Amino acid sequence: MSPPPHLAPSKGAGGDRLFQLVTVGAAWLVLVLLGAAAASMAWGGRLAFETFGWRFVTSRDWDAVSGQFGALVPIYGTIMTSVIALLIAVPVSIGIALFLTDIAPRWLRGPIGMAIELLAAVPSIIYGMWGLFMFAPFMAAHVEPWLDAKLGQLPVLGAFFTGPPIGIGLLTASIVLGIMIIPFISAVARDVFNAVPPSLKEAAVALGSTRWEILSRVTLPYTRSAIIGAIFLGLGRALGETMAVTFVLGNAHDLSLSLLMPSNSIAAAIANEFTEADTELYRSSLVALAFLLFVVTFLVLSVARLMLARIGRAHGRTH
Amino acid sequence: MPIRRRIADLAALLFATGATLFGLMWLVWILWTTVSEGAAAISPALVTQMTPPPGESGGLLNAFYGSAVMVMLALLIGTPVGVAAGTYLAEHGRHSRLAAVVGFINDILLSAPSIVIGLFVYELVVRPMGHFSGFAGAIALAMIHLPIVVRTTDEALRLVPNQMREAAFALGVPGWKVTAQILFKAAMSGIVTGVLLGLARIAGETAPLLFTALNNQFWSASLAQPLANVPVVIFQYAMSPYDEWHALAWAGALTLTAFVLGLNLLVRLLARRGNR
Repeated sequence: MSPPPHLAPSKGAGGDRLFQLVTVGAAWLVLVLLGAAAASMAWGGRLAFETFGWRFVTSRDWDAVSGQFGALVPIYGTIMTSVIALLIAVPVSIGIALFLTDIAPRWLRGPIGMAIELLAAVPSIIYGMWGLFMFAPFMAAHVEPWLDAKLGQLPVLGAFFTGPPIGIGLLTASIVLGIMIIPFISAVARDVFNAVPPSLKEAAVALGSTRWEILSRVTLPYTRSAIIGAIFLGLGRALGETMAVTFVLGNAHDLSLSLLMPSNSIAAAIANEFTEADTELYRSSLVALAFLLFVVTFLVLSVARLMLARIGRAHGRTH
Repeated sequence: MPIRRRIADLAALLFATGATLFGLMWLVWILWTTVSEGAAAISPALVTQMTPPPGESGGLLNAFYGSAVMVMLALLIGTPVGVAAGTYLAEHGRHSRLAAVVGFINDILLSAPSIVIGLFVYELVVRPMGHFSGFAGAIALAMIHLPIVVRTTDEALRLVPNQMREAAFALGVPGWKVTAQILFKAAMSGIVTGVLLGLARIAGETAPLLFTALNNQFWSASLAQPLANVPVVIFQYAMSPYDEWHALAWAGALTLTAFVLGLNLLVRLLARRGNR
């Protein structure tokens, strides 16, 4: 905050101008970096977009030898893993937020909240290693045979759950992703649950509401836009998560309905193949994938921020 | 109270408690795996020997060194720029449209896919230079560090009471001195928190290093050359079929996790003490 011009001291005005210039420049740099990143992805991917047109996103042919690159499989894998991750993470996160705001004894709230937040601090490569060496074998030995036997025979639903129990695949990757985004969604949910005016909850309690009724009829409706924002925030994270998915998804360019089969995602395809891409077209196709990922996460995260800003304005707080 | 409502209430209670246990279970499982697998592989060789060829034992000395150098350089690049931009958001530009846009974009950068940043730096630095380099890796890490510092600097400065600014201005102190000598001092713990959180984040980042620093099996102190680093070594060794490499990957994973989580806990404890 600078003083009004007519009050500005003449001494040190030069320092003021320089200081302002530096800070404005740094602020612009943030914008320029994002713009330049988008532009360089679009530029690097133009060869793939020009060569394949719409086929780039509708074709499932991904063949480095014959120079055919259709990204349907990684796009499908990215969306599918992220959606399943959300299906797992959203209810769990809301449960955690409810526990931390209403149920847990006060002395327990800090430590447990911190432990959940630590889940977000664990580097994603650690998730990947743990997923590959511990969780995937566990899924292969205990979960996937059961799913295949119990659900694999059902009509419609069965198509998602038939397959060899190899541990590596869409379902395993989705669960790992789900665990990774729990802390992001639950942190926001906890904060906005805490921001619900106590008078509203007290009124509901006075009317004889149970905990469940307070959550479903007071807290959730009151915090709806922020919760949607938190979900989009988690989605943005899930879409772009790379290392953990690379370890457990299997890097297979086959389109399969089954969640037990290996698949691919945009980020994993780039991580696995970029340093091996030996032709201009191959490299351009991977950069084009990055461009798509960038645009989609930008949109998703924008929605998240707008929804979160809405409740921030209403209560004078920011997230 | 009708029985149906009481059951719904009990179900909500159990669900919330179960969800929390579910979340904590993964943390325990992941940490347990990392500690038990990693502890078995920790030995003095870890910090005295270089990364070995396939099937041989060795250490991670060059990787630790490379990571430390790149992370430090990233902090040196990202921190001043981040503090300056955060200062603009909170002080000079507080009510300007530019600050609103930058704040919004910065929040998006904060969660943007790091692999895209890696590809961007590849196009920006690696391709013109013609080869992978530690310098490119440091730039990629700085780009991830930057938005964290911007955000925390902005928040820390906003917490400084307005009276402090008014008092300083009333004494005739030039605006830049108010910010640099008074506000920064008041917001210092918040800014340091941001830098440390950024450090914890970039220390474990793998994806942006894959196409920038890549890896180097041998000792190299040159930032102009491909530089070994802990995350990429973990990635390559874990994906390999060799047991010796797996053990080294676990040792690296344990060191990395201990460092990152330790730093996070430290920051939280400091912040809590500061709040009191």
